[in-house]
Amino acid sequence: MRTIDYETVVKSIRDMIIYSTTHLSEDMLKALEKAYEEEHSEVSKAVLAQLLENAEIAQKESKPLCQDTGLAIFFVKVGEDVRVEGGTLKEAIYEGTQKGYKEGYLRASTCDCFTRANLKDKLGYNLPPVIYFDIVPGDKIEIEYAAKGGGSENVSRATVLAPAQGKEGVKEFIKKVISDAGPNPCPPLVVGVGIGGSFDLAAVMSKHALFRDIGTKNPDPELDQFEQEIKDELNKLGIGAMGMGGSQTALAVHIEMYEGRMCHIASLPVSVNVQCHSSRHAHITL
Amino acid sequence: MAEFRLNTPLSDEDIEKLKAGDIVYLSGTIYTARDAAHKRLVDLINNNEELPFDLKGAVIYFVGPTPPKPGEPIGSAGPTTSYRMDSYSPILIEHGLKGMIGKGKRNKDVIDACKKYKAVYFGATGGAGALLSERIKKAQIIAYEELGPEAIRKLEVEDFPVVVVNDIYGNDLYQEGRKIWEKD
Repeated sequence: MRTIDYETVVKSIRDMIIYSTTHLSEDMLKALEKAYEEEHSEVSKAVLAQLLENAEIAQKESKPLCQDTGLAIFFVKVGEDVRVEGGTLKEAIYEGTQKGYKEGYLRASTCDCFTRANLKDKLGYNLPPVIYFDIVPGDKIEIEYAAKGGGSENVSRATVLAPAQGKEGVKEFIKKVISDAGPNPCPPLVVGVGIGGSFDLAAVMSKHALFRDIGTKNPDPELDQFEQEIKDELNKLGIGAMGMGGSQTALAVHIEMYEGRMCHIASLPVSVNVQCHSSRHAHITL
Repeated sequence: MAEFRLNTPLSDEDIEKLKAGDIVYLSGTIYTARDAAHKRLVDLINNNEELPFDLKGAVIYFVGPTPPKPGEPIGSAGPTTSYRMDSYSPILIEHGLKGMIGKGKRNKDVIDACKKYKAVYFGATGGAGALLSERIKKAQIIAYEELGPEAIRKLEVEDFPVVVVNDIYGNDLYQEGRKIWEKD
């Protein structure tokens, strides 16, 4: 059994959080540059220029790209032949999150649902994170992290379609979600889509779809084509950067489906998790 | 699409020349407030109590910044989604508020109040918090410090870049911009 020191996990998570909230990832930079080249709407192009300048300033000054440094979301794959020594993996993720957000001068954005009181004194700075664990063969721990902002989360939607609605129904649902959202989620967007599994799993898959680098292909050729088709339709909505009108509404559509594209014979679950243009995501393998 | 440089507080004359889609660079004092602070301001008005700042000609920025690093006036400071302030904005507009800075759609009550009392809704670029913070030269908490990022801050801004979304003539950039670029 391989062991990893607790403090190593804490520090890796802390550093990953601080770096990725201040440095826009290479895939996002490329996608924004491409959107800038392809946008013909003057006002939308001006917004894209600001976003590229913002990324430069954030990196130079080590300042958060956006003040909404989000909920900390983790997808963690734990090898069957590895364990953390000196504490539990879950504790290490909590401590790394707290340190990253506090020491990186990021915002504490977690609060009580009803009293709206910030949880930083009760639970800890920007705690708790949202964590999905999976157990896999091997002796590594793979941790994916995203800072998920509230504005784009607020317009995300899930539903269960009738099987007869099929692919066309899925496409129409996604279009409606993005059309209704308009300027609110800070377009141009990354659109995460989960199809199948159960009602809850579709939502989790739609979240995980956001972690994929833009520009990478969907391993399923049919889904890859479907993603492109939906993206083209979203870009005909006219929403544009920050909703001010333009052709660049979606930077990418990413679809995830469960094993064998499974769902129940009576159902067709679909979830759309919307992500703003400040898609801050990173991963480490320990 | 015109460009203007305006100083706060804003006057009716300033507001009258602005049309949806115009780019405006604001300089002077503006105030920050999100939902929690808005609720308190509206409660003060309803109880005829004094507000922590003068609303006449004022501009409110919907923002909850990250904490400043030592030596900086403010952290990253881009706009938050504005609809959460929709139920509070009309009464503030009625009492002299002239400008709001945020992102995203406003409801009919806010748009009607803008027309009736001469106020505008500006959009700033969401997710450009690092860039926008460079245009904020000073920041001071003037009320509700216990609200943390949601406290009311008095900001001194220089050439703060915004776009007119809703003007006093009933134009809405989100609707009109989209109509131009929509394809069948």
